[in-house]
Amino acid sequence: MAQLFPRKINTIAKLSIIMGLGLVTGILVLGGILTRGPYYTQVGIAREQKVPFSHKHHVGGVGIDCRFCHTSVEKGAFAGIPPTTTCMKCHSQIFADAPMLEPVRESFRTGKPMEWTKVHDLPDYVYFDHSIHVKKGVSCVTCHGQVDKMPLMMKKNTLHMEWCLSCHRNPEKFVGLREHVADPHWKNTEDQKTLGTRLVKEYKIKKLTDCSVCHR
Amino acid sequence: MKRFLSSLLMLGLVLNLTGCMRDMQDQPKYKNLRGSDFFADGKSARDQEEGTIAQSQLRQDPHFFEGKVDGVDAVTFPMKVDRPLLERGRERYDIFCAACHGRTGEGNGMVVQRGFPTPPSYHIDRLKDAPAGYFYNVITNGFGRMYGYASEIEPRDRWAIVAYVRALQQSQNVDIKELTAKEREALDRPAVSEEAAHVPAHH
Repeated sequence: MAQLFPRKINTIAKLSIIMGLGLVTGILVLGGILTRGPYYTQVGIAREQKVPFSHKHHVGGVGIDCRFCHTSVEKGAFAGIPPTTTCMKCHSQIFADAPMLEPVRESFRTGKPMEWTKVHDLPDYVYFDHSIHVKKGVSCVTCHGQVDKMPLMMKKNTLHMEWCLSCHRNPEKFVGLREHVADPHWKNTEDQKTLGTRLVKEYKIKKLTDCSVCHR
Repeated sequence: MKRFLSSLLMLGLVLNLTGCMRDMQDQPKYKNLRGSDFFADGKSARDQEEGTIAQSQLRQDPHFFEGKVDGVDAVTFPMKVDRPLLERGRERYDIFCAACHGRTGEGNGMVVQRGFPTPPSYHIDRLKDAPAGYFYNVITNGFGRMYGYASEIEPRDRWAIVAYVRALQQSQNVDIKELTAKEREALDRPAVSEEAAHVPAHH
């Protein structure tokens, strides 16, 4: 039987193997880049809200402590979004007629809660607990960024599992003094490695990387 | 072999696509403050039924929970006032009170500087003479333009704040002769601004 393929087909055959592998790798790499990019993770993208609440004004300008509004952050899994009465504690008196705050006043009048769009929305199969992180000296800004400089709330981190693990594997790189946990201006005066290593011991921080720590 | 490889590739693609479904991310369950289509008011968290008492809501000690003894404002604290209680009080005070009342209790907090009506200073005679239970009641139920903080601050923390307010009152009303030489020297030093205090020492 005569040769079915001429010799030059060999090159094409080899090329098609290489390019096939290249295609698969390319898709995987592209997927990896896209899922880490801001289009997918929404990092650095401010969310539209019914009332353009500014953390910059309330935290950076007025100096209100995070826990004034997020009252359950030290006790519960959920940090808490304040009820409308918390807004009205000040805004019954200041900016009491501002058109921007009409949805707040309407909520106060009718008893219907304000609706906010969640910015840090973890997948429902993740069971994150704020209280333990705050107790172990992971400050608000470590995960949420300089909230006191954000006119509109945005994510500063991907909240991807690899991001969680970067700290769960090396907590000493991130922990700070627990009494300064809610202070966005606090900077440690010793270097992070010395402080972190000391605090990991002092706060009895374990490197929890089992699946069941966060997934049930 | 080629057939096997291509079916493997197809399988990979299909598995990839299933990854795009968000059923696991957004499960049909209620998490904190998530809205509900089921209830008419749209809230998944139900309000407590009136006239019911949930666990930990039984409040039998009027001194501790209402700041009252025999129906009048308690003069005493329902717990030992020690350093940990005062430290807790300072922390809670700075979170919940300082925005209006100021760090020293003079009523010149940032919210007041931005236009909120000025509250009275803690250092006036009326409030220096007021019983502890009076402050507890104001924190719990509010007073004048101040809303109550019952749902934000637990009873024990309210007492801790009252203890700290007492400490503040004392701090502004000390005879200079009672201070040590070192403390007096500190008084003469110019105040360090918050900003400067945050600069790391080794810079």
